[in-house]
Amino acid sequence: MVEIDDLTKDYAARRVVDGVSFTVGDGEIAAVVGPSGSGKTTLLRMINRLIEPSSGSVRIDGKDTRAVPPHVLRRGIGYAIQGYGLFPHRTVAQNIATVPRLMGWARARIDARVDALLDLFQLPAAEFRHRMPNSLSGGQQQRVGVARALAAEPNVLLMDEPFGALDPIIRTKAQSDLLAIQRRFGTTIIVVTHDIEEAIHLGSRIAVLDAGKLVQYATPADVIARPATPLVAELIGGDRPFRLLSLGKVVDLVEAGPASGEPIRADASLRDAYAELLWTRRDVLPVIDATGTVVGRIRRDAITVRAGAPS
Amino acid sequence: MRPSLIVRVGVLALLVAFVTQPESFAWAFEPLTRNGQPAIYTQNSLINLTLSHLAIVAVATVCATLLAVGLAVLVTRPFGAEFLPLSRAIANLGQTFPPVAVLALAVPVLGFGTGPTLVALFLYGLLPILENALTGLTTLPPAVTEAARGVGMTGWQRLLDVELPLATPVILAGIRLSVVISVATATIGSTVAASTLGEVIIAGLLTNNVAFIAQGGLVVGIIAVLIYDALTGLEASLLQRTGQRRPA
Ligand SMILES: Nc1ncnc2c1ncn2[C@@H]1O[C@H](COP(=O)(O)OP(=O)(O)OP(=O)(O)O)[C@@H](O)[C@H]1O
Ligand SMILES: [Mg+2]
Repeated sequence: MVEIDDLTKDYAARRVVDGVSFTVGDGEIAAVVGPSGSGKTTLLRMINRLIEPSSGSVRIDGKDTRAVPPHVLRRGIGYAIQGYGLFPHRTVAQNIATVPRLMGWARARIDARVDALLDLFQLPAAEFRHRMPNSLSGGQQQRVGVARALAAEPNVLLMDEPFGALDPIIRTKAQSDLLAIQRRFGTTIIVVTHDIEEAIHLGSRIAVLDAGKLVQYATPADVIARPATPLVAELIGGDRPFRLLSLGKVVDLVEAGPASGEPIRADASLRDAYAELLWTRRDVLPVIDATGTVVGRIRRDAITVRAGAPS
Repeated sequence: MRPSLIVRVGVLALLVAFVTQPESFAWAFEPLTRNGQPAIYTQNSLINLTLSHLAIVAVATVCATLLAVGLAVLVTRPFGAEFLPLSRAIANLGQTFPPVAVLALAVPVLGFGTGPTLVALFLYGLLPILENALTGLTTLPPAVTEAARGVGMTGWQRLLDVELPLATPVILAGIRLSVVISVATATIGSTVAASTLGEVIIAGLLTNNVAFIAQGGLVVGIIAVLIYDALTGLEASLLQRTGQRRPA
Protein backbone atom coordinates (compact mmCIF):
# COMPACT_ATOMS: atom_id res chain seq x y z
CA MET A 1 0.00 0.00 0.00
CA VAL A 2 1.22 3.49 -0.87
CA GLU A 3 -0.21 6.42 1.06
CA ILE A 4 0.56 9.82 -0.39
CA ASP A 5 -0.25 12.60 2.02
CA ASP A 6 -0.38 16.29 1.11
CA LEU A 7 2.72 15.96 -1.06
CA THR A 8 4.07 19.27 -2.33
CA LYS A 9 7.09 20.36 -4.34
CA ASP A 10 8.23 23.93 -4.85
CA TYR A 11 10.91 25.01 -7.29
CA ALA A 12 11.94 28.55 -6.50
CA ALA A 13 8.61 30.35 -6.52
CA ARG A 14 6.78 27.71 -8.54
CA ARG A 15 4.65 24.99 -6.95
CA VAL A 16 4.83 22.05 -9.38
CA VAL A 17 3.09 19.49 -7.16
CA ASP A 18 0.46 20.97 -4.91
CA GLY A 19 -0.88 19.14 -1.88
CA VAL A 20 -1.51 15.82 -3.58
CA SER A 21 -3.01 13.05 -1.43
CA PHE A 22 -4.19 9.64 -2.50
CA THR A 23 -3.83 6.03 -1.47
CA VAL A 24 -3.04 3.07 -3.69
CA GLY A 25 -4.25 -0.15 -2.12
CA ASP A 26 -2.30 -3.40 -2.11
CA GLY A 27 -2.15 -4.93 -5.55
CA GLU A 28 -3.83 -1.96 -7.21
CA ILE A 29 -2.60 -0.04 -10.20
CA ALA A 30 -2.86 3.73 -10.05
CA ALA A 31 -2.48 5.37 -13.45
CA VAL A 32 -1.37 8.99 -13.23
CA VAL A 33 -2.41 11.15 -16.19
CA GLY A 34 -2.40 14.86 -16.91
CA PRO A 35 -1.15 17.38 -19.43
CA SER A 36 2.57 17.80 -20.04
CA GLY A 37 4.16 19.73 -17.19
CA SER A 38 1.35 18.96 -14.76
CA GLY A 39 3.82 17.38 -12.30
CA LYS A 40 3.39 13.65 -12.97
CA THR A 41 7.10 12.82 -13.09
CA THR A 42 7.86 15.04 -10.12
CA LEU A 43 5.13 13.32 -8.08
CA LEU A 44 6.42 9.87 -9.01
CA ARG A 45 10.04 10.73 -8.22
CA MET A 46 9.07 12.05 -4.80
CA ILE A 47 7.75 8.60 -3.90
CA ASN A 48 11.20 7.01 -4.07
CA ARG A 49 12.87 10.26 -3.00
CA LEU A 50 14.74 10.87 -6.23
CA ILE A 51 13.24 14.28 -5.49
CA GLU A 52 12.83 15.37 -1.90
CA PRO A 53 9.33 16.72 -1.25
CA SER A 54 9.05 20.30 -0.02
CA SER A 55 6.35 19.11 2.36
CA GLY A 56 4.00 16.22 2.91
CA SER A 57 4.81 12.57 3.33
CA VAL A 58 4.67 9.16 1.69
CA ARG A 59 4.09 5.90 3.55
CA ILE A 60 4.75 2.54 1.97
CA ASP A 61 3.13 -0.39 3.75
CA GLY A 62 2.61 1.94 6.68
CA LYS A 63 6.24 3.04 6.92
CA ASP A 64 7.31 6.62 6.32
CA THR A 65 9.76 6.78 3.39
CA ARG A 66 11.97 9.11 5.42
CA ALA A 67 12.63 6.35 7.96
CA VAL A 68 15.45 4.84 5.85
CA PRO A 69 18.29 6.34 3.77
CA PRO A 70 17.14 7.08 0.19
CA HIS A 71 19.32 4.47 -1.50
CA VAL A 72 18.02 1.75 0.81
CA LEU A 73 14.46 2.89 0.19
CA ARG A 74 14.96 2.74 -3.59
CA ARG A 75 16.27 -0.82 -3.52
CA GLY A 76 12.90 -1.84 -2.13
CA ILE A 77 10.89 -0.04 -4.81
CA GLY A 78 10.89 -1.05 -8.47
CA TYR A 79 11.54 1.81 -10.89
CA ALA A 80 11.07 1.68 -14.66
CA ILE A 81 11.38 4.73 -16.88
CA GLN A 82 10.93 5.86 -20.43
CA GLY A 83 14.18 5.20 -22.28
CA TYR A 84 14.65 2.25 -19.92
CA GLY A 85 18.09 3.40 -18.70
CA LEU A 86 19.69 0.00 -19.12
CA PHE A 87 23.39 0.03 -18.23
CA PRO A 88 24.96 -0.19 -21.70
CA HIS A 89 28.18 -1.76 -20.41
CA ARG A 90 26.40 -4.61 -18.62
CA THR A 91 24.82 -7.70 -20.09
CA VAL A 92 21.10 -8.34 -19.89
CA ALA A 93 21.65 -10.69 -16.94
CA GLN A 94 23.87 -8.19 -15.11
CA ASN A 95 21.31 -5.45 -15.67
CA ILE A 96 18.50 -7.53 -14.23
CA ALA A 97 20.71 -8.62 -11.32
CA THR A 98 21.51 -5.03 -10.32
CA VAL A 99 19.28 -4.65 -7.27
CA PRO A 100 19.67 -8.21 -5.92
CA ARG A 101 23.42 -7.69 -6.17
CA LEU A 102 23.19 -4.38 -4.31
CA MET A 103 21.15 -6.16 -1.66
CA GLY A 104 23.79 -8.85 -1.30
CA TRP A 105 21.82 -11.86 -2.48
CA ALA A 106 23.73 -15.11 -2.90
CA ARG A 107 25.00 -15.80 -6.39
CA ALA A 108 22.84 -18.87 -6.98
CA ARG A 109 19.70 -17.07 -5.89
CA ILE A 110 20.46 -14.16 -8.24
CA ASP A 111 21.07 -16.48 -11.19
CA ALA A 112 17.85 -18.36 -10.56
CA ARG A 113 15.90 -15.12 -10.28
CA VAL A 114 17.39 -13.71 -13.49
CA ASP A 115 16.52 -16.84 -15.42
CA ALA A 116 13.00 -16.89 -14.01
CA LEU A 117 12.44 -13.26 -15.02
CA LEU A 118 13.87 -13.76 -18.51
CA ASP A 119 11.52 -16.68 -18.88
CA LEU A 120 8.58 -14.64 -17.61
CA PHE A 121 9.29 -11.90 -20.15
CA GLN A 122 9.68 -14.39 -22.98
CA LEU A 123 13.37 -13.71 -23.46
CA PRO A 124 14.94 -17.20 -23.60
CA ALA A 125 17.73 -17.13 -21.01
CA ALA A 126 20.22 -19.07 -23.10
CA GLU A 127 19.92 -16.54 -25.90
CA PHE A 128 19.55 -13.30 -23.98
CA ARG A 129 21.49 -13.62 -20.74
CA HIS A 130 24.79 -12.52 -22.25
CA ARG A 131 23.48 -10.04 -24.82
CA MET A 132 24.37 -6.36 -24.47
CA PRO A 133 21.51 -3.83 -24.33
CA ASN A 134 22.48 -2.18 -27.61
CA SER A 135 21.89 -5.45 -29.42
CA LEU A 136 18.24 -5.60 -28.30
CA SER A 137 15.13 -4.21 -29.98
CA GLY A 138 13.21 -1.45 -28.21
CA GLY A 139 10.57 -3.88 -27.02
CA GLN A 140 13.20 -6.26 -25.65
CA GLN A 141 14.99 -3.41 -23.86
CA GLN A 142 11.70 -2.34 -22.34
CA ARG A 143 11.10 -5.85 -20.98
CA VAL A 144 14.60 -6.03 -19.54
CA GLY A 145 13.97 -2.65 -17.89
CA VAL A 146 10.82 -3.92 -16.19
CA ALA A 147 12.53 -7.21 -15.31
CA ARG A 148 15.30 -5.22 -13.63
CA ALA A 149 12.74 -3.19 -11.72
CA LEU A 150 11.05 -6.37 -10.47
CA ALA A 151 14.21 -8.36 -9.78
CA ALA A 152 14.31 -7.94 -6.01
CA GLU A 153 10.58 -8.71 -5.70
CA PRO A 154 9.50 -5.23 -4.64
CA ASN A 155 5.99 -4.70 -3.27
CA VAL A 156 5.77 -1.42 -5.12
CA LEU A 157 6.65 -0.60 -8.72
CA LEU A 158 6.90 2.96 -10.07
CA MET A 159 6.78 3.46 -13.83
CA ASP A 160 7.19 6.68 -15.81
CA GLU A 161 5.80 6.31 -19.31
CA PRO A 162 7.30 2.84 -19.56
CA PHE A 163 5.69 2.08 -22.91
CA GLY A 164 6.01 5.56 -24.40
CA ALA A 165 8.51 4.61 -27.06
CA LEU A 166 6.94 1.35 -28.22
CA ASP A 167 4.92 0.90 -31.39
CA PRO A 168 1.20 0.22 -30.90
CA ILE A 169 1.30 -3.56 -31.28
CA ILE A 170 4.26 -4.14 -28.95
CA ARG A 171 2.76 -1.61 -26.59
CA THR A 172 -0.51 -3.53 -26.27
CA LYS A 173 1.47 -6.68 -25.63
CA ALA A 174 3.63 -4.96 -23.01
CA GLN A 175 0.50 -3.70 -21.25
CA SER A 176 -1.07 -7.14 -21.04
CA ASP A 177 2.25 -8.62 -19.90
CA LEU A 178 2.36 -6.05 -17.13
CA LEU A 179 -1.18 -6.88 -16.06
CA ALA A 180 -0.36 -10.58 -16.01
CA ILE A 181 2.74 -10.00 -13.90
CA GLN A 182 0.87 -7.67 -11.59
CA ARG A 183 -1.79 -10.32 -11.00
CA ARG A 184 0.85 -12.95 -10.40
CA PHE A 185 2.96 -11.06 -7.86
CA GLY A 186 0.29 -8.75 -6.47
CA THR A 187 2.63 -5.79 -7.00
CA THR A 188 1.25 -2.35 -6.23
CA ILE A 189 1.95 -0.18 -9.27
CA ILE A 190 1.92 3.54 -9.87
CA VAL A 191 2.29 4.23 -13.58
CA VAL A 192 2.56 7.64 -15.23
CA THR A 193 1.23 7.80 -18.76
CA HIS A 194 0.32 10.30 -21.45
CA ASP A 195 -2.18 7.96 -22.94
CA ILE A 196 -5.67 7.98 -21.45
CA GLU A 197 -6.47 4.74 -23.22
CA GLU A 198 -3.52 3.10 -21.47
CA ALA A 199 -4.62 4.55 -18.13
CA ILE A 200 -8.12 3.14 -18.59
CA HIS A 201 -6.75 -0.23 -19.62
CA LEU A 202 -4.18 -0.56 -16.83
CA GLY A 203 -5.53 1.44 -13.92
CA SER A 204 -7.63 0.17 -11.06
CA ARG A 205 -7.88 3.88 -10.43
CA ILE A 206 -6.86 6.92 -12.41
CA ALA A 207 -5.27 9.99 -10.81
CA VAL A 208 -5.63 13.12 -12.91
CA LEU A 209 -3.17 15.94 -12.28
CA ASP A 210 -3.73 19.47 -13.48
CA ALA A 211 -1.11 22.13 -12.78
CA GLY A 212 0.22 20.14 -9.84
CA LYS A 213 -3.16 19.52 -8.23
CA LEU A 214 -4.97 16.20 -8.07
CA VAL A 215 -8.33 16.96 -9.68
CA GLN A 216 -9.77 13.45 -9.70
CA TYR A 217 -8.86 10.06 -8.30
CA ALA A 218 -11.42 7.44 -9.20
CA THR A 219 -12.00 4.18 -11.05
CA PRO A 220 -11.78 4.37 -14.84
CA ALA A 221 -15.55 3.91 -15.12
CA ASP A 222 -16.13 6.84 -12.78
CA VAL A 223 -13.62 9.06 -14.51
CA ILE A 224 -15.28 8.37 -17.86
CA ALA A 225 -18.81 8.70 -16.58
CA ARG A 226 -18.33 11.62 -14.22
CA PRO A 227 -15.27 13.67 -15.14
CA ALA A 228 -14.58 16.03 -12.25
CA THR A 229 -13.41 19.00 -14.28
CA PRO A 230 -13.56 20.17 -17.90
CA LEU A 231 -9.91 19.17 -18.22
CA VAL A 232 -10.70 15.58 -17.28
CA ALA A 233 -13.58 15.54 -19.78
CA GLU A 234 -11.23 16.84 -22.42
CA LEU A 235 -8.66 14.16 -21.61
CA ILE A 236 -11.30 11.46 -21.99
CA GLY A 237 -12.37 13.02 -25.28
CA GLY A 238 -15.42 12.33 -27.39
CA ASP A 239 -15.08 8.55 -27.36
CA ARG A 240 -16.68 8.09 -23.96
CA PRO A 241 -19.18 5.37 -24.98
CA PHE A 242 -16.41 3.33 -26.53
CA ARG A 243 -14.08 3.86 -23.61
CA LEU A 244 -16.83 2.67 -21.28
CA LEU A 245 -17.36 -0.40 -23.42
CA SER A 246 -13.65 -1.15 -23.42
CA LEU A 247 -13.89 -1.56 -19.65
CA GLY A 248 -16.62 -4.25 -19.78
CA LYS A 249 -16.22 -7.88 -20.74
CA VAL A 250 -18.52 -9.98 -22.90
CA VAL A 251 -18.99 -12.32 -19.96
CA ASP A 252 -20.78 -9.50 -18.06
CA LEU A 253 -23.67 -9.48 -20.56
CA VAL A 254 -23.82 -13.06 -21.74
CA GLU A 255 -27.31 -14.58 -21.75
CA ALA A 256 -28.96 -17.83 -22.81
CA GLY A 257 -30.42 -18.08 -26.29
CA PRO A 258 -29.66 -18.92 -29.90
CA ALA A 259 -27.14 -17.13 -32.13
CA SER A 260 -25.26 -18.02 -35.27
CA GLY A 261 -22.10 -17.14 -37.13
CA GLU A 262 -18.55 -16.47 -35.96
CA PRO A 263 -18.50 -16.58 -32.11
CA ILE A 264 -16.69 -14.18 -29.72
CA ARG A 265 -14.78 -15.13 -26.58
CA ALA A 266 -16.26 -14.41 -23.20
CA ASP A 267 -13.12 -12.56 -22.07
CA ALA A 268 -13.15 -10.15 -25.05
CA SER A 269 -14.09 -6.55 -24.29
CA LEU A 270 -17.57 -5.25 -24.99
CA ARG A 271 -16.00 -2.82 -27.38
CA ASP A 272 -14.59 -5.65 -29.46
CA ALA A 273 -17.94 -7.42 -29.39
CA TYR A 274 -19.72 -4.24 -30.50
CA ALA A 275 -17.23 -3.74 -33.32
CA GLU A 276 -17.77 -7.31 -34.45
CA LEU A 277 -21.57 -6.88 -34.41
CA LEU A 278 -21.37 -3.71 -36.48
CA TRP A 279 -18.87 -5.11 -38.90
CA THR A 280 -20.74 -8.34 -39.60
CA ARG A 281 -24.20 -6.63 -39.53
CA ARG A 282 -25.56 -8.95 -36.84
CA ASP A 283 -27.73 -8.34 -33.76
CA VAL A 284 -26.45 -11.25 -31.68
CA LEU A 285 -23.17 -13.13 -31.37
CA PRO A 286 -22.59 -16.61 -29.97
CA VAL A 287 -20.22 -16.51 -26.97
CA ILE A 288 -17.59 -19.17 -26.34
CA ASP A 289 -15.32 -19.80 -23.37
CA ALA A 290 -11.56 -20.36 -23.46
CA THR A 291 -12.05 -24.02 -24.45
CA GLY A 292 -14.28 -23.09 -27.40
CA THR A 293 -17.55 -24.31 -25.86
CA VAL A 294 -20.56 -22.12 -26.59
CA VAL A 295 -21.75 -20.61 -23.30
CA GLY A 296 -24.56 -18.37 -24.60
CA ARG A 297 -24.98 -15.22 -26.65
CA ILE A 298 -24.62 -11.47 -26.46
CA ARG A 299 -27.10 -8.94 -27.90
CA ARG A 300 -26.31 -5.59 -29.48
CA ASP A 301 -29.10 -3.91 -27.53
CA ALA A 302 -27.62 -5.04 -24.24
CA ILE A 303 -24.27 -3.53 -25.18
CA THR A 304 -25.85 -0.27 -26.34
CA VAL A 305 -27.43 0.21 -22.95
CA ARG A 306 -24.02 -0.16 -21.31
CA ALA A 307 -22.51 2.51 -23.55
CA GLY A 308 -24.81 5.29 -22.40
CA ALA A 309 -24.18 7.93 -19.75
CA PRO A 310 -25.11 6.75 -16.26
CA SER A 311 -28.45 8.15 -15.10
CA MET B 1 46.55 -11.58 -40.25
CA ARG B 2 44.91 -8.34 -41.36
CA PRO B 3 47.05 -6.12 -43.62
CA SER B 4 46.69 -3.13 -41.28
CA LEU B 5 48.16 -5.17 -38.45
CA ILE B 6 51.10 -6.25 -40.61
CA VAL B 7 51.86 -2.60 -41.38
CA ARG B 8 51.73 -1.70 -37.66
CA VAL B 9 53.98 -4.56 -36.60
CA GLY B 10 56.36 -3.75 -39.45
CA VAL B 11 56.65 -0.10 -38.47
CA LEU B 12 57.22 -1.03 -34.83
CA ALA B 13 59.91 -3.58 -35.77
CA LEU B 14 61.64 -0.99 -37.94
CA LEU B 15 61.58 1.53 -35.08
CA VAL B 16 63.02 -0.97 -32.60
CA ALA B 17 65.69 -2.04 -35.09
CA PHE B 18 66.67 1.55 -35.74
CA VAL B 19 66.98 2.69 -32.13
CA THR B 20 68.89 -0.43 -31.11
CA GLN B 21 71.15 -0.66 -34.19
CA PRO B 22 71.25 2.84 -35.67
CA GLU B 23 74.59 2.21 -37.44
CA SER B 24 73.05 -0.41 -39.69
CA PHE B 25 70.86 2.34 -41.14
CA ALA B 26 73.72 4.73 -41.86
CA TRP B 27 73.30 4.18 -45.61
CA ALA B 28 69.79 5.65 -45.45
CA PHE B 29 70.94 8.92 -43.86
CA GLU B 30 74.26 9.36 -45.73
CA PRO B 31 72.64 11.18 -48.67
CA LEU B 32 71.54 13.89 -46.20
CA THR B 33 75.06 14.63 -44.94
CA ARG B 34 77.56 17.12 -46.33
CA ASN B 35 81.34 17.35 -46.17
CA GLY B 36 81.82 13.99 -44.46
CA GLN B 37 79.50 14.76 -41.53
CA PRO B 38 78.59 11.65 -39.48
CA ALA B 39 75.29 10.11 -40.68
CA ILE B 40 74.27 8.71 -37.29
CA TYR B 41 74.20 10.48 -33.92
CA THR B 42 76.49 8.61 -31.53
CA GLN B 43 77.23 10.96 -28.60
CA ASN B 44 74.51 9.25 -26.65
CA SER B 45 72.95 5.88 -27.35
CA LEU B 46 69.69 6.31 -29.25
CA ILE B 47 68.00 3.55 -27.28
CA ASN B 48 68.76 5.30 -23.96
CA LEU B 49 67.47 8.61 -25.27
CA THR B 50 64.32 6.91 -26.56
CA LEU B 51 63.66 5.11 -23.28
CA SER B 52 64.30 8.24 -21.25
CA HIS B 53 62.03 10.23 -23.58
CA LEU B 54 59.27 7.66 -23.17
CA ALA B 55 59.76 7.44 -19.41
CA ILE B 56 59.39 11.21 -18.97
CA VAL B 57 56.23 11.18 -21.10
CA ALA B 58 54.85 8.17 -19.21
CA VAL B 59 55.45 9.63 -15.74
CA ALA B 60 54.01 12.99 -16.74
CA THR B 61 50.95 11.38 -18.35
CA VAL B 62 50.21 9.01 -15.49
CA CYS B 63 50.41 11.85 -12.96
CA ALA B 64 48.33 14.14 -15.18
CA THR B 65 45.69 11.42 -15.65
CA LEU B 66 45.39 10.75 -11.93
CA LEU B 67 45.07 14.41 -11.05
CA ALA B 68 42.79 15.34 -13.96
CA VAL B 69 40.40 12.42 -13.44
CA GLY B 70 40.43 13.01 -9.69
CA LEU B 71 39.58 16.68 -10.18
CA ALA B 72 36.89 15.89 -12.71
CA VAL B 73 35.32 13.39 -10.32
CA LEU B 74 35.35 15.92 -7.47
CA VAL B 75 33.74 18.75 -9.40
CA THR B 76 31.06 16.47 -10.83
CA ARG B 77 29.93 15.35 -7.33
CA PRO B 78 27.12 17.33 -5.70
CA PHE B 79 29.49 18.84 -3.13
CA GLY B 80 31.96 20.02 -5.79
CA ALA B 81 29.40 21.26 -8.30
CA GLU B 82 30.22 24.89 -7.54
CA PHE B 83 33.66 24.40 -9.03
CA LEU B 84 32.51 22.76 -12.25
CA PRO B 85 32.27 25.96 -14.34
CA LEU B 86 35.64 27.14 -13.01
CA SER B 87 37.38 23.88 -13.90
CA ARG B 88 35.80 23.97 -17.34
CA ALA B 89 37.14 27.45 -17.89
CA ILE B 90 40.63 26.45 -16.76
CA ALA B 91 40.63 23.36 -18.96
CA ASN B 92 39.71 25.45 -22.00
CA LEU B 93 41.93 28.42 -21.24
CA GLY B 94 45.02 26.36 -20.44
CA GLN B 95 45.12 24.89 -23.89
CA THR B 96 45.56 28.28 -25.52
CA PHE B 97 48.90 28.48 -23.66
CA PRO B 98 51.84 27.16 -25.76
CA PRO B 99 53.84 24.30 -24.18
CA VAL B 100 57.12 26.13 -24.78
CA ALA B 101 55.90 28.92 -22.52
CA VAL B 102 55.14 26.43 -19.76
CA LEU B 103 58.66 25.10 -20.13
CA ALA B 104 60.18 28.57 -20.04
CA LEU B 105 58.24 29.38 -16.90
CA ALA B 106 59.22 26.11 -15.20
CA VAL B 107 62.99 26.57 -15.61
CA PRO B 108 63.43 29.56 -13.31
CA VAL B 109 61.54 27.65 -10.61
CA LEU B 110 62.99 24.19 -11.05
CA GLY B 111 66.34 24.78 -12.72
CA PHE B 112 67.65 22.76 -15.65
CA GLY B 113 67.27 19.03 -16.18
CA THR B 114 64.44 16.55 -16.29
CA GLY B 115 62.42 18.32 -13.57
CA PRO B 116 61.09 21.31 -15.51
CA THR B 117 60.35 19.12 -18.52
CA LEU B 118 58.32 16.74 -16.39
CA VAL B 119 56.42 19.62 -14.84
CA ALA B 120 55.75 21.23 -18.19
CA LEU B 121 54.50 17.98 -19.71
CA PHE B 122 52.44 17.24 -16.64
CA LEU B 123 50.79 20.66 -16.54
CA TYR B 124 50.18 20.77 -20.22
CA GLY B 125 48.98 17.19 -20.37
CA LEU B 126 46.53 17.81 -17.54
CA LEU B 127 44.23 19.99 -19.56
CA PRO B 128 43.05 17.75 -22.42
CA ILE B 129 42.48 14.94 -19.93
CA LEU B 130 40.57 17.21 -17.56
CA GLU B 131 38.45 18.54 -20.38
CA ASN B 132 37.58 15.08 -21.66
CA ALA B 133 36.97 13.67 -18.19
CA LEU B 134 34.57 16.54 -17.50
CA THR B 135 32.82 15.91 -20.81
CA GLY B 136 32.69 12.17 -20.20
CA LEU B 137 31.28 12.48 -16.70
CA THR B 138 28.73 15.19 -17.53
CA THR B 139 27.32 13.81 -20.79
CA LEU B 140 26.29 10.34 -19.67
CA PRO B 141 22.85 9.36 -21.00
CA PRO B 142 20.32 10.89 -18.56
CA ALA B 143 18.17 7.73 -18.52
CA VAL B 144 21.21 5.71 -17.40
CA THR B 145 22.19 8.03 -14.55
CA GLU B 146 18.54 8.26 -13.54
CA ALA B 147 18.29 4.48 -13.47
CA ALA B 148 21.50 4.20 -11.46
CA ARG B 149 19.97 6.40 -8.77
CA GLY B 150 16.57 4.77 -9.10
CA VAL B 151 17.83 1.25 -8.41
CA GLY B 152 19.40 2.46 -5.18
CA MET B 153 23.11 2.74 -5.92
CA THR B 154 25.08 4.93 -3.52
CA GLY B 155 27.16 7.80 -4.88
CA TRP B 156 30.29 5.65 -4.82
CA GLN B 157 28.59 2.74 -6.53
CA ARG B 158 27.29 5.01 -9.28
CA LEU B 159 30.76 6.46 -9.81
CA LEU B 160 32.62 3.17 -9.90
CA ASP B 161 30.03 0.89 -11.52
CA VAL B 162 28.43 3.25 -14.01
CA GLU B 163 29.94 6.69 -14.49
CA LEU B 164 33.66 5.91 -14.74
CA PRO B 165 33.28 2.80 -16.92
CA LEU B 166 31.07 4.68 -19.36
CA ALA B 167 33.29 7.78 -19.37
CA THR B 168 36.53 5.81 -19.84
CA PRO B 169 36.59 5.89 -23.66
CA VAL B 170 36.16 9.67 -23.65
CA ILE B 171 38.83 10.05 -20.94
CA LEU B 172 41.11 7.83 -22.99
CA ALA B 173 40.70 10.14 -25.98
CA GLY B 174 41.97 12.96 -23.74
CA ILE B 175 44.92 10.85 -22.66
CA ARG B 176 45.71 10.11 -26.29
CA LEU B 177 45.80 13.80 -27.13
CA SER B 178 47.88 14.51 -24.06
CA VAL B 179 50.43 11.76 -24.80
CA VAL B 180 50.93 12.85 -28.37
CA ILE B 181 51.45 16.47 -27.34
CA SER B 182 53.87 15.27 -24.65
CA VAL B 183 55.89 13.07 -27.02
CA ALA B 184 56.40 16.09 -29.25
CA THR B 185 56.91 18.62 -26.45
CA ALA B 186 59.46 16.43 -24.65
CA THR B 187 61.89 17.10 -27.52
CA ILE B 188 61.97 20.74 -26.48
CA GLY B 189 62.94 19.49 -23.02
CA SER B 190 66.46 18.81 -24.21
CA THR B 191 66.97 22.60 -24.55
CA VAL B 192 66.80 22.65 -20.77
CA ALA B 193 69.06 19.60 -20.52
CA ALA B 194 66.51 16.84 -20.12
CA SER B 195 67.62 13.60 -21.69
CA THR B 196 65.19 13.17 -24.59
CA LEU B 197 65.26 12.56 -28.32
CA GLY B 198 65.30 16.32 -28.78
CA GLU B 199 69.03 16.06 -28.13
CA VAL B 200 69.52 14.46 -31.55
CA ILE B 201 67.51 17.12 -33.33
CA ILE B 202 69.26 19.96 -31.52
CA ALA B 203 72.67 18.47 -32.25
CA GLY B 204 71.63 18.44 -35.91
CA LEU B 205 70.49 22.05 -35.78
CA LEU B 206 73.70 23.19 -34.08
CA THR B 207 76.01 21.42 -36.53
CA ASN B 208 73.79 21.95 -39.53
CA ASN B 209 73.48 18.17 -39.93
CA VAL B 210 70.23 17.32 -41.70
CA ALA B 211 70.75 13.58 -41.08
CA PHE B 212 70.57 14.10 -37.29
CA ILE B 213 67.49 16.28 -37.56
CA ALA B 214 65.81 13.69 -39.77
CA GLN B 215 66.56 10.71 -37.56
CA GLY B 216 65.52 12.49 -34.36
CA GLY B 217 62.37 13.78 -36.00
CA LEU B 218 61.52 10.42 -37.55
CA VAL B 219 61.87 8.49 -34.30
CA VAL B 220 59.72 11.01 -32.39
CA GLY B 221 57.16 11.11 -35.20
CA ILE B 222 56.87 7.35 -35.51
CA ILE B 223 56.54 6.93 -31.73
CA ALA B 224 53.77 9.52 -31.69
CA VAL B 225 51.92 7.86 -34.57
CA LEU B 226 52.22 4.39 -33.06
CA ILE B 227 50.96 5.52 -29.65
CA TYR B 228 48.14 7.49 -31.22
CA ASP B 229 47.15 4.51 -33.30
CA ALA B 230 47.29 2.05 -30.41
CA LEU B 231 45.22 4.28 -28.13
CA THR B 232 42.68 4.89 -30.91
CA GLY B 233 42.29 1.15 -31.25
CA LEU B 234 41.96 0.69 -27.50
CA GLU B 235 39.34 3.41 -27.39
CA ALA B 236 37.29 1.81 -30.15
CA SER B 237 37.39 -1.55 -28.44
CA LEU B 238 36.40 0.04 -25.12
CA LEU B 239 33.46 1.81 -26.74
CA GLN B 240 32.36 -1.53 -28.07
CA ARG B 241 32.92 -3.41 -24.85
CA THR B 242 30.98 -0.83 -22.85
CA GLY B 243 28.11 -1.18 -25.29
CA GLN B 244 28.38 2.40 -26.49
CA ARG B 245 29.09 1.40 -30.05
CA ARG B 246 27.83 -1.63 -31.88
CA PRO B 247 30.36 -4.04 -33.30
CA ALA B 248 30.90 -3.29 -36.97
N1 LIG C 1 14.46 20.75 -11.34
C1 LIG C 1 13.45 21.57 -11.69
N2 LIG C 1 13.55 22.90 -11.49
C2 LIG C 1 12.55 23.73 -11.84
N3 LIG C 1 11.39 23.33 -12.41
C3 LIG C 1 11.24 22.02 -12.62
C4 LIG C 1 12.25 21.06 -12.28
N4 LIG C 1 11.81 19.84 -12.62
C5 LIG C 1 10.59 20.01 -13.15
N5 LIG C 1 10.24 21.32 -13.16
C6 LIG C 1 8.98 21.88 -13.66
O1 LIG C 1 7.93 21.25 -12.99
C7 LIG C 1 6.82 21.06 -13.84
C8 LIG C 1 6.37 19.60 -13.78
O2 LIG C 1 7.36 18.79 -14.38
P1 LIG C 1 7.16 17.24 -14.56
O3 LIG C 1 8.37 16.71 -15.20
O4 LIG C 1 6.77 16.65 -13.25
O5 LIG C 1 5.93 17.20 -15.55
P2 LIG C 1 5.23 15.95 -16.24
O6 LIG C 1 3.81 16.00 -15.85
O7 LIG C 1 5.98 14.70 -15.94
O8 LIG C 1 5.36 16.35 -17.76
P3 LIG C 1 5.56 15.39 -19.03
O9 LIG C 1 4.22 14.79 -19.31
O10 LIG C 1 5.96 16.35 -20.11
O11 LIG C 1 6.60 14.39 -18.70
C9 LIG C 1 7.26 21.51 -15.22
O12 LIG C 1 6.73 22.77 -15.47
C10 LIG C 1 8.75 21.56 -15.11
O13 LIG C 1 9.26 22.57 -15.94
MG1 LIG D 1 7.10 13.31 -17.12
